[in-house]
Amino acid sequence: MAFEIPQIPLAEWCDIALDWATDHFSGVTRAMSAVVGTGIEATTDFLVGLPPWLVIAAFGLIVWRLTTVRIALWSVLGFLFLWNVELWRATLQSLVLVLVSTLFALAIGIPIGISAALSKRFWRVASPALDMMQTMPSFVYLIPAIPFFGLGAVSASFATIVFAMPPTIRLTALGILQTPPMLVEAADAFGSTKWQKLFKIQLPLAIPTIMAGINQTIMLALSMVVIAAMIGAGGLGGEVWKAIQRLEAGMGFQAGIAIVVLAVILDRITQHIARRLRTDTEHG
Amino acid sequence: MSQNRPRIRVRGLTKIFGDDAGPALSLLQAGRDRNEVLKATGAVVGLQDVSFDIAEGEILVVMGLSGSGKSTCLRCINRLIEPTAGQVMVDDVDVTTLGERELLAFRRTRFGMVFQQFALFPHRTIQRNVEYGLEVQGVPVAQRRERALAAIETVGLAGWDQHYPAQLSGGMQQRAGLARALALDPDILLMDEAFSALDPLIRRDMQQELVALQRRLKKTIVFVSHDLDEAIALGGRIVLMKDGRVVQEGTAADFLAAPADEYVRRFVEHIDVLGVVTAGDAMRAPAAVKPWFSTAAAALASLTQSGEPVVTVVCQEGRFQGTVDAETLKGAGETELRFLLSDKDACVPEGATLNDAVSKLASGRGEIAVVGSGRELKGVIANADLVAALARRRQEAGPQTAH
Repeated sequence: MAFEIPQIPLAEWCDIALDWATDHFSGVTRAMSAVVGTGIEATTDFLVGLPPWLVIAAFGLIVWRLTTVRIALWSVLGFLFLWNVELWRATLQSLVLVLVSTLFALAIGIPIGISAALSKRFWRVASPALDMMQTMPSFVYLIPAIPFFGLGAVSASFATIVFAMPPTIRLTALGILQTPPMLVEAADAFGSTKWQKLFKIQLPLAIPTIMAGINQTIMLALSMVVIAAMIGAGGLGGEVWKAIQRLEAGMGFQAGIAIVVLAVILDRITQHIARRLRTDTEHG
Repeated sequence: MSQNRPRIRVRGLTKIFGDDAGPALSLLQAGRDRNEVLKATGAVVGLQDVSFDIAEGEILVVMGLSGSGKSTCLRCINRLIEPTAGQVMVDDVDVTTLGERELLAFRRTRFGMVFQQFALFPHRTIQRNVEYGLEVQGVPVAQRRERALAAIETVGLAGWDQHYPAQLSGGMQQRAGLARALALDPDILLMDEAFSALDPLIRRDMQQELVALQRRLKKTIVFVSHDLDEAIALGGRIVLMKDGRVVQEGTAADFLAAPADEYVRRFVEHIDVLGVVTAGDAMRAPAAVKPWFSTAAAALASLTQSGEPVVTVVCQEGRFQGTVDAETLKGAGETELRFLLSDKDACVPEGATLNDAVSKLASGRGEIAVVGSGRELKGVIANADLVAALARRRQEAGPQTAH
């Protein structure tokens, strides 16, 4: 061929960008990693150190307060099963990782979602970025996580936050943008400032929608936490990973079913809360 | 007359929807109409050179069909819609030139707004809804609670303050909407089709209550409506709009008597004439009036001669006393009329509408008196006069004149 079209060195560019970021920021991120990692470990160790029946009872009580007796009883049954198959420690590791990642995802995602709703320009930038975050195979996030945060739970948490955050951002923005225009107009007519409108009208009305986003974020976080076992996050995903390496199908399924049980519990709880908030805002 | 000092003066208000209003505005000012502007620039003209005054304590109804620009016009007054050109003067302040902070302050204290679909905040109780305007102003909790409860009581919703909007009927929700506007104690109420979403019966009640409330509170009200009957019920002046322009300004009776064009004529065609024409318009000079000391025999003679169904009896000062019919007179000989009087209530004030006259006529003996504020006799209306007045109006208001 007379013309040879040179290959676009996309991979190299990505490496260069990552190297640059690693050189400049990894000191900070490693330090953060140490703090967060210690926190995650300490929490897990604390929970593992308690008698499982006590943790299960406390959990059941919290679920009962937040939702219904039915959901609380099923949750307790689910946890008893996880204890019974001796996946208690792994379950707690995964649960803590999911909850910590979700908290971070919300702390970052909700403000981003609000900004996206308030500024069209910001939304135009954020929207394709969110599409990319969600369509990128989740494994890919694991690779750059390691130079920044090292092997282990914090890297897993970082990848999980990136992967699980988009629904919270999207649904926060959506919830705010969906405020009926006449209510926005009424708020304006009474002389509300932008922030008064946001905090008194738009955000309260968006809460059910935001809660639906939180539900999705938790589910995505759980799926990512399992994958993150590949970089040493442990937990239920770690059990699956071990089963693969040893070709033990039974162990693999047992851990897999345990993940399903945990997923169902978390899903029912958050869905119930979302539904209750929805009827609250509609009917007082 | 300080009562009639204009509170709001709208001058040359123009709204062009679209990103680039400049070229469209110059076309308009060059005398092109909105269709030509739309074709040439793609910009939609919402309002074109709208001007009118609103006096203090007046209910002005801005009326028109959908798309006439009436709601846009209302929203330009508090700048929920930013006018492209023109002025809105409230007292001595030009609202269109206010900066952001001043505009917020103005909206918080001077304007109360009521919406067609109520626009109550579903996540707040009625009380918290009514408090809203005070809350954004930063009024202390105890004080705003007190003012909110007072406003809730004013609109007849006492006891419902802890309910949520979804628990109330449409009529009650709109009462809450009104209370939310009143709680601010603004001097101007902007009401956008406020009663249009309500059932007809409830709508009529609300109209009457608003009129009563207005008499008590003396607010200046701009009321947008598409319903001529509503405009008449509210009883104020009307600004009739079409295609973003003012077609005619005046009372419903003015529209009937002298429609500005074919559009106004058609608009008032189906008007309830009985509710617009006054007794003063329909009355004629009485043919059989007697002072109350004249005798029955003299009255009978005058009655037979005039062809009236009853003798109208007045006192020395010309005040209406009652009527006496032919039956009674025949057997009474020289008895003075004042001992024979019946139907002391067979009269209506001059300013009353024919609706009132009709019900009096129906229960009386074929003729009623029309009186001034001191019951002084002004004229009479017999059944035939009523019919004649209606026929006259029909002719004036009809699309084609047969004769």
